Amino acid sequence: MTRTASPASCPAGALRSAAQGLGIFSLALGVAELLAPRALARMTGMPGRETLIRACGLREIVNGIGLLASVDPRPWLWSRVAGDALDLSTLALRPGARPAAAPIRNAAMWMTTAVGVVDMACALLPDRARNDAAGAAINYRDRSGMPRPPDQMRGAASDFEVPRDMRPPEALRAYTTP
Amino acid sequence: MKALCWHGKKDIRCDTVPDPKIEEPRDAIIRMTSCAICGSDLHLFGGFMPGMESGDIIGHEFMGEVVEVGRDNKKLKVGDRVVVPFTICCGECEQCRRGNWSVCERSNRNKDLADKMFGHSTAGMYGYTHLTGGYPGGQAEYVRVPFADVTPVKIPDGLTDEQVLFLGDIFPTGWQAAVQCDIQPDDTVAVWGAGPVGQFAMRSALLLGARQVVAIDNVRERLSMAKAGGAIPINFDDESVLDRLKELTGGKGPEKCIDAVGMEAHTTRSLDSMVDRAKQTVMLETDRPHVLREMIYVCRPAGTLSIPGVYGGLIDKVPFGALMNKGLTVRTGQTHVNRWTDDLLRRIQDGQIDPSFVITHTVGLEDGPGMYETFRDKKDGCIKVVLKP
Repeated sequence: MTRTASPASCPAGALRSAAQGLGIFSLALGVAELLAPRALARMTGMPGRETLIRACGLREIVNGIGLLASVDPRPWLWSRVAGDALDLSTLALRPGARPAAAPIRNAAMWMTTAVGVVDMACALLPDRARNDAAGAAINYRDRSGMPRPPDQMRGAASDFEVPRDMRPPEALRAYTTP
Repeated sequence: MKALCWHGKKDIRCDTVPDPKIEEPRDAIIRMTSCAICGSDLHLFGGFMPGMESGDIIGHEFMGEVVEVGRDNKKLKVGDRVVVPFTICCGECEQCRRGNWSVCERSNRNKDLADKMFGHSTAGMYGYTHLTGGYPGGQAEYVRVPFADVTPVKIPDGLTDEQVLFLGDIFPTGWQAAVQCDIQPDDTVAVWGAGPVGQFAMRSALLLGARQVVAIDNVRERLSMAKAGGAIPINFDDESVLDRLKELTGGKGPEKCIDAVGMEAHTTRSLDSMVDRAKQTVMLETDRPHVLREMIYVCRPAGTLSIPGVYGGLIDKVPFGALMNKGLTVRTGQTHVNRWTDDLLRRIQDGQIDPSFVITHTVGLEDGPGMYETFRDKKDGCIKVVLKP
């Protein structure tokens, strides 16, 4: 392969892949929390807390959209970490929990902790593509494609006549011309 | 022969396929000497355009040597060196006779499909879905050129492939984008997208006499190339496009705006582009019109929007009220390449412009599949890839 430029390569970062995966996970979880709050409340040992589950679902969907759509996913990854901390504390404080649900709730806390660790690890990943790009951007300043500096080439094609169908009709042309 | 074939989203392979044959008396067979990956090929790579089938040969920017000619083709002879425009045109229908080559009424052999999609069919195209006729493309060792006595541009001796290859698409596309603006000497022309088409649009606007040309992108290499061509760069990751354009135009906005981005606008920090990306992910929207929205908003009232950027389907939340009330003119469409090729070839021969400036990577055809990702992700300073079969 012949490169007519000679830069360092800039592969896409693991950060961006992680953001995409977590974004899809957030969207899926958020939709589940919105559509099946009662089942999730039972699964996490917190019956009667469906409104809280739905609110968490909305939060997950917003995070998911942010992770999938943003140029810089890092703020959204930290938002997920904050959300995990909130979820963990909610589960630990056990609002409305039944004692018999303790094993279920403990399992949910362990899962939330594991997800939180993954989220934090991803948030701490270096953005190699952006770092590489910032450091190794190639300057194509010698590639004008024209024989003289741009200011001297302005209007060099003034002999060209714009076709009739690509200019305003005579009746709509501006009253004044430069 | 070897050819680059589409096999699915993000799956391009260099396959061995049958050589093309003369099918109609006006055909010609071209042996490729150079071809290129176009930005619109990335829409196929990303699976954004409907109508592709596994095994389709892609590519619509190509040139080479005539090796076989149909019995009724009186224009070409074996040995001629030609650049082939990306649209296939009969030269005889009402639209071709008007010079509206890219909407030829006869060359799309899947006209019924296109009629359903767009209301009325447009011209056939090489290597660009069955909606445009399902013609094999030119990222290959050989290609069949239908109606070859109409569109191929004969190249005189003394010009390299790299100087003339882009006469088949991106140079006339950038040129038409600027011409459609009907540029006046006091105009500011703002160009969104500093990819290959944008680069040619900027230089065309300068040559046609624009007072100032502005380039809007976030890739530093592309902005440096735009600056080399006389454009004022705006990096939308670093500053507000709206504020900077106001500063450059005394608060009034650019008179002429060119969308050289199309359906895959980058997601920026703006809410609308984030929502576009999210909606596209769940298939609530097919195209991402962030650039269109921004152009409509910033363009000076009574100005012109020129849209060479390719769109394929449906867009959402476009401020049509602003467009209408500001009295903006919209000119768009695939390029009528043959309207411009004679004049642009003369300008290349006269030394007014050398289109080879835009080439950053040249690889063998067999390395083409890997270059799609390089081109899409703008890795390695990639702006334009030329393939050598």
